[in-house]
Amino acid sequence: MLMTAPIMFFVFAIVALAAALGMLLSKNPVSSALWLILNLFCVAGLYLTLNAEFIAVIQVLVYAGAIMVLFVFVIMLLNLAELPDLKKVEWRRIIAFTMGMGLLSMLTFISANALDMLPNPPSLAAAAENGSVTNLGKALFTVYAMPLEIIGILLLAATIGAVVIAKRKPV
Amino acid sequence: MEITLNWYLTLSALLFTMGVLGFLFRRNAIMMLMCVELMLNSVNITLVAFSQYLGDVSGQILVFFVMSVAAAEAAVGLALIIAIFRGKLTVDVTKINLFKY
Repeated sequence: MLMTAPIMFFVFAIVALAAALGMLLSKNPVSSALWLILNLFCVAGLYLTLNAEFIAVIQVLVYAGAIMVLFVFVIMLLNLAELPDLKKVEWRRIIAFTMGMGLLSMLTFISANALDMLPNPPSLAAAAENGSVTNLGKALFTVYAMPLEIIGILLLAATIGAVVIAKRKPV
Repeated sequence: MEITLNWYLTLSALLFTMGVLGFLFRRNAIMMLMCVELMLNSVNITLVAFSQYLGDVSGQILVFFVMSVAAAEAAVGLALIIAIFRGKLTVDVTKINLFKY
């Protein structure tokens, strides 16, 4: 691990959590999308603290660069007004909150209980070697060559599907 | 101090819960899609952390595929939202009930 990794981890983690909270709480979809972009950049920083350089670059290129541009574009294209708030207290929201908190407590319970089973932090050289582009490229084009081709076909199908669906006249 | 795997797992759990809560609370379909992206991201953090701590490259390959599928999902999902918006002039999921009756 990097020497400065602990400080970097806490900075990125706190900003990522704050950005996720800002995304949930802001009413305007555009500011929500901008908060999510900040969150995605912080996650890329977290990948860097893990020495996963390739994934960090791909995160910025694909998520912050491509997917979020698509989101912001569609939000601005549709010119959405804010949805009016529901007046009555919905029972759905209470159930949703309980389910979310239950999920959180379950996940933290599991990760806290698995403390003695978890592997120790790797050395800097081992982590950097494992996350390097060379290593990933080797695996991607030998062992995982077939899934890579399938992903290519999936992306082509999604592109054609998106164009066809968005072009269709309203029913 | 050393950052252990637990920190990454806990951060991932918090982000995933935020995504779930946003998905269940919000009524705007685009916001729900963005919360799905948040959930996918938190799972990616877990996968990369395990991959680096165990010294196995497979986890990062899986993250690569998750990102590709997320891109495809966002493209098709947003196209569906545009198609629905043309017909109903809303993205409120409580008002979209084409399959209800």
